[in-house]
Amino acid sequence: MLAIENILVRYGSITALHDISIKVQTGELVALIGANGAGKTTTLMTVAGNLKPVTGAIQFENTSIAGLSPEQIIRKGIAIVPEGREIFASLTVEENLKLGAYIRRDRSEFKRDLDETVTMFPILGERIHQQGGTLSGGEQQQLAVARALMSHPKLLMMDEPSLGLAPALVDQIFELIVKLHDSGMTILLVEQNVERTLNIVKRAYLLKNGRVEAEGAPEVIRKHVDIESVYLGSKVN
Amino acid sequence: MFSIDFLINALSLGSLYALIALGLVIVYGILKLVNFAYGELIMVGGYALFMLANLPALPWLVMALIAVTIAMLTSYLTERVAFRPVREKSLTAMLITSFAVSTLLQNAALLIVSSRSRAVQFPAIFSGSVRLGNVDIANRNILVIVTSSLLLFALTLLLKRTILGIALRAAADKFQMTRMLGVPANLIISVAFVISGLLAGVVSLFWIGRVGSVTPTIGLSPLLIAFVATVIGGMNSLEGAVVGGYLYGILFSIISLILPQNLLDYREAFMFSIVILILLFKPEGLIRGTYSGERVG
Repeated sequence: MLAIENILVRYGSITALHDISIKVQTGELVALIGANGAGKTTTLMTVAGNLKPVTGAIQFENTSIAGLSPEQIIRKGIAIVPEGREIFASLTVEENLKLGAYIRRDRSEFKRDLDETVTMFPILGERIHQQGGTLSGGEQQQLAVARALMSHPKLLMMDEPSLGLAPALVDQIFELIVKLHDSGMTILLVEQNVERTLNIVKRAYLLKNGRVEAEGAPEVIRKHVDIESVYLGSKVN
Repeated sequence: MFSIDFLINALSLGSLYALIALGLVIVYGILKLVNFAYGELIMVGGYALFMLANLPALPWLVMALIAVTIAMLTSYLTERVAFRPVREKSLTAMLITSFAVSTLLQNAALLIVSSRSRAVQFPAIFSGSVRLGNVDIANRNILVIVTSSLLLFALTLLLKRTILGIALRAAADKFQMTRMLGVPANLIISVAFVISGLLAGVVSLFWIGRVGSVTPTIGLSPLLIAFVATVIGGMNSLEGAVVGGYLYGILFSIISLILPQNLLDYREAFMFSIVILILLFKPEGLIRGTYSGERVG
């Protein structure tokens, strides 16, 4: 479905991605793992249209999407749950979701989509008229995912959804990801929580310094990952 | 001391200042750009009205609507022609561009019309008054209050009830994220500039209605008012701009009323002293902006 081919991405004079090639087949749940600064978010942002690769190509369902604007990318069927959630704090939960459905012409379907959202995320239903900024971190994460789903995407990209969440909520997020995948969503997941991530995916890429260091099944990745040195912290259980 | 006609006067000034401030903040909120050419939109409205007076067949209301439309069009065009090309480059480039547009428009007025002030005709209703009990209330004040209330109401409806309005508010919060949801950046920015032009156009009718004439530099004073009002009200929110505008107008009216005759020339100094005091205690403005802190955890 998605094929990133040898992309080179720069921030001004700094090269963030040297030569990245990543594939996601329809229906897969694929992970991008790596330390801070490895280029995971940059990769997602390039697919999302916020950055333009200097060289290389990005194919989505056999169309070239490299260099398209963010407005065009979502219309191709790629939605993103960005790093830091990017919830509109001054808008209500409902308004956040309404915007998530912006590209859907049939506004009448919004009611139905909203009901489905509330079923999947009951807490959002409770807080439907509250301002987004008053939600807790975990609730905002759910809102960010729900908002992305409102556009009925073909590919869902998630950037560090468990970041900053309490351990119990991290469980919830990973359960949510598995649930979404089981229901047929193609997901490209960027995560810092290496162990948890490798437990739920069949295939992953390890990024380091803007290059793909390793790719393949979780065992392959685990061999390459020395968690102590990569994260300068204790091993995540 | 605070008689009915004083209150209406203060409210009318406050309403006008609220509109002025709002026109500036609506662009600032989304683009983070202080449009220094904003005052010139008011000037353009005034000159449009002046030139349309040469077509005596038109009823004044039609001329006013055309003048407002011209202000909106000018605002839209300045965005398309001057700001859009530099938008990607940097905020500083846009800021300098706004100075350039301001200078351009002022000089255009200078060249096309004259550097001297030009009288602008207003219908008799503007100078008349209405009797309430034993007090005379200027029609002009009532018109300002009614028009601004309607305009604020309409804008509130737009912002709260329409998807475009929701998109505008979201864009002021997180512009790039709004784009990632498919909202076209150019549309949002154009709409913001058009609304800014609408407000400037309406303001020009009443501002020039009070002064009676238009000059190329007439936009400077409202621009300053817009700055001060938004700064005391809070630059990050539309509500702040409106509150700041009303507060400025009302405070200024009170100062004008209670100052002794010999100090009346220093009203502005007193006003700005109060502004300094407000900022000392509340530097971010009186109204807390679009929810600035995210809860973590």
